[in-house]
Amino acid sequence: MNLGRVGAVVIQIVFVIGAAPLLAGLIHRTRARLEGRVGAPVVQPWRDLRKLWRKERIAPEHSSWVFTTTPLVLMASSLVIAMIVPLVTVASPLDRVGDLFAVVSLLLLGTVFLALAGLDPGTAFGGMGSSRGMTVAALAEPTLLLGVTALAARAGSTNLAAIVAAALDRPSVVLSAQSVLALVALGIVTLAECARMPVDNPSTHLEVTMIHEAMVLEYAGPDLALVELAASMRLLLFGALLANLFVPWGIARGTGSVELLAGTVVLGTKLTLLGALLGAFEVFVAKLRLFRVPELLAVSFVIALVAVTASAFLGAGR
Amino acid sequence: MGATGIGAALGVLGSGKPIVGEFPKLLPFAGITIRLDPLGAWFTLTAGLIVVAASLYGIGYADHALRTRAIQAIFPLFCLSLLLVPAASSVSTFLVFWEMMALTSLLLVATEHRERASARSAAVWYGVMTHLGFVAILVALVLLAGQAGGESFAAMRAGAAHVPAGWRSVVFLLALVGFGSKAGIVPLHVWLPRAHPEAPSHVSALMSGVMVTLGVYGIMRIGLDILGGGPRWWGLVVLTIGAVSALFGILHALVASDLKVLLAYSTTENMGLILVGIGGAMLLGTPRTTPLAAILLAASLLHVLNHALFKGLLFLGAGSVWRATGTRNLDEMGGLLRRLPATGGLFAVGMLAIVALPPLNGFVSEWLLFQGLVAGGGSQVASAAVTMPLAVGVVALTVGLAAATFVKAFGIGFLALPRSRAAAEARESPCTMLVAMGLVAVGCAALGVVPNLVSAQLDRAVRATGVGALRRPVTVDEGVLHLAGIRGLMSPTLIALLLVGCVVGVLVVMRLTIAARDRRRAENWGCGQAVQTARMEYTAASFAEPLQRVFDDVLRPDLDVDVTHADASRWYKRTIRFRSEVRDGVEDRVYQPVLRFYRVWGERARVVQNGSLHRYLAYAFVALIIGLLVAR
Repeated sequence: MNLGRVGAVVIQIVFVIGAAPLLAGLIHRTRARLEGRVGAPVVQPWRDLRKLWRKERIAPEHSSWVFTTTPLVLMASSLVIAMIVPLVTVASPLDRVGDLFAVVSLLLLGTVFLALAGLDPGTAFGGMGSSRGMTVAALAEPTLLLGVTALAARAGSTNLAAIVAAALDRPSVVLSAQSVLALVALGIVTLAECARMPVDNPSTHLEVTMIHEAMVLEYAGPDLALVELAASMRLLLFGALLANLFVPWGIARGTGSVELLAGTVVLGTKLTLLGALLGAFEVFVAKLRLFRVPELLAVSFVIALVAVTASAFLGAGR
Repeated sequence: MGATGIGAALGVLGSGKPIVGEFPKLLPFAGITIRLDPLGAWFTLTAGLIVVAASLYGIGYADHALRTRAIQAIFPLFCLSLLLVPAASSVSTFLVFWEMMALTSLLLVATEHRERASARSAAVWYGVMTHLGFVAILVALVLLAGQAGGESFAAMRAGAAHVPAGWRSVVFLLALVGFGSKAGIVPLHVWLPRAHPEAPSHVSALMSGVMVTLGVYGIMRIGLDILGGGPRWWGLVVLTIGAVSALFGILHALVASDLKVLLAYSTTENMGLILVGIGGAMLLGTPRTTPLAAILLAASLLHVLNHALFKGLLFLGAGSVWRATGTRNLDEMGGLLRRLPATGGLFAVGMLAIVALPPLNGFVSEWLLFQGLVAGGGSQVASAAVTMPLAVGVVALTVGLAAATFVKAFGIGFLALPRSRAAAEARESPCTMLVAMGLVAVGCAALGVVPNLVSAQLDRAVRATGVGALRRPVTVDEGVLHLAGIRGLMSPTLIALLLVGCVVGVLVVMRLTIAARDRRRAENWGCGQAVQTARMEYTAASFAEPLQRVFDDVLRPDLDVDVTHADASRWYKRTIRFRSEVRDGVEDRVYQPVLRFYRVWGERARVVQNGSLHRYLAYAFVALIIGLLVAR
């Protein structure tokens, strides 16, 4: 493993940690502008994190080690994903560590711990959030894995670097019908998994409608900072993966310093566009009733299934 | 009583040892033919591991929680039969061991019949179901032996190729029914959620972890090894049954609030997943050297071992909780992680393993299963192109629902405030029980982090079914899993290392940059209310409610709301009683009509038996006349 490849991993980690709060800030800012407000500056999430980091550490009376380890597990799983997926370059040295299935499982690891932490303090809100969070996660899982299947059929491999490289080599597979269907399905699941509109309202403070916020209600200080940072990292990772899987152009092929720099800039541009789009999208949709969410996820499942069977019968990408 | 437990443990350790040691071997035995080939040895290894842990656990458990000594006499026999069933190599030997396993486990289920009526009814259900299954197996094996011309498995294997296709299918379907009833496959699962919870917990661990997988062993032995595979529709049947069982099992586990019933239903789910792998292998397994079939079989076999470990661990944990609190109801637990730290921690390991999360063992086998199914969807077999993606969807939904189920089991049972006095006063179990659980937990972690441990044995076991790939299906190179014929790489070892490294890294950063060291304990945010009680917590039923509502059509819950109004105005309510019950739909719609039919006709048949001696003599006379006419 030479210096360039180590450098690639370091760049990916630093990029994900550094840009994740900015992405969240950008989405907020876009929403504010479209709603006719000025809005907080893009760096506001970073300021919030800094403030939280300096605060006192508090844990609820009745909680156990589950509550205190959850921020660590959540952060660690996001960091591992940031290391192994191709964000800046396809020549990531850690690609063989895990494929898309492993990434999905690592995400689920974080989700499960977060749900447990919601139950741990013993409040009704936490339980409500956990119950709803697990409902959404359980129903999103089939679409997520079928989306993976559709992508794997494109490249004949479930490893991310192979999928992205195949798309770079043959642009036609990205523009095929099944690829677009897979994009739609995975896009819907991303909104569900990252607790965005129309599944969850990230800016609400009305308890009965919250999912993610209800689970993390009892966190404070540095623990809350870790949870919030990890949550925004998950959003960024989902977004970057979607961008690279369906619009792979611009990602570095090797690990030369110029290539890496260009790759980082391109990724930053893609994410800026995506963040602005997501912000605009959230202005125009209303939050779904909780019991309409399964219908949305069922639709995404059917779309993913069509994508998979289409790729099997049309034989594209083979 | 403790001494008897030690005796049992030692006896089992003695018989468990040589099995773990070497693999292909021959054992002579008086009048009984035994040949332990790698396929059988894989199941014996699984059995041996859990037997050792369960026996050790039994020492502490028997001391405190059991009132009868009969179990100490029967338990070693049960363990022995579990170890011997996979070693039998002729029809008669197999049936003897099989029946020994059924009878001893039946007696163990009925151990606590004096305390609970439910144990009696469970034993009746189990006895009837297991013997119906036995009849199916008996007919299948005898038919096959007759057609193939030999009673030993070797002769049957040699003769099976000449058996007509129709007979082969009849034998296979009968074997599927017989062994499926032991494996708890829908719709033959009804005994499982009754019998497993009623048995003492270390027996439940053996029944759920090992005994049911011997049903899977039977299907593999007859379907793949002796019959040598069959037409594709066999695979489709097995795959469908597996997928239905997986979904049905996990949905019922999700809504269960009895911890052991939850675990029992989850056994049905896991057997379903294993059958999905076997069905996929049968579907893709022509020619029998297809690497994909070998990978799917490897996934199934590995899941057999993994399931035995984590389900064993979870049942032992449930037993420890039962010993400490005297309840199996999740809504009467709560706060146990702080009162039973060791039990709780070990239960958490089992929970993470069963949800297939890295870095534990369930993740590795489900990863293999997914890889096999995804690659199968892209294979040349047309029927696989549709069924495999659907199977991926079903298995994925199962994984998601399993996550919700076990978050509920652990979160409601072990976290937050105690929900009853028994839970508040719970005391940790004796150390033999904890050591036994610890051993199994180490197994879960080891297989999850270092899969090289069993990859060679797994390969030999897969080959023994006759579905041998030219290359080894799964190889481990520098901790990275390589699959034959699939370009998918994954390294559980490195994932585990990276996860631990990241946790340590974050801890170091926090240590360096955060001024405040200790956490202050504070009250929850209570929306202005200062008092927090256990009544405010989410319960098992409320946790599962959203998903129960989503799967309304399958579960068909029985809801009942009863409101009493105050006298002054109907807008003031005095009491509200809410009852929600989910019954097993298969039991209600398939079994109860059959039972009712027998009851009705049984009642009618009593007319002929009125106690009059004259009438009985008349019957005998008529029967004699008919007999003479027929025999003429």
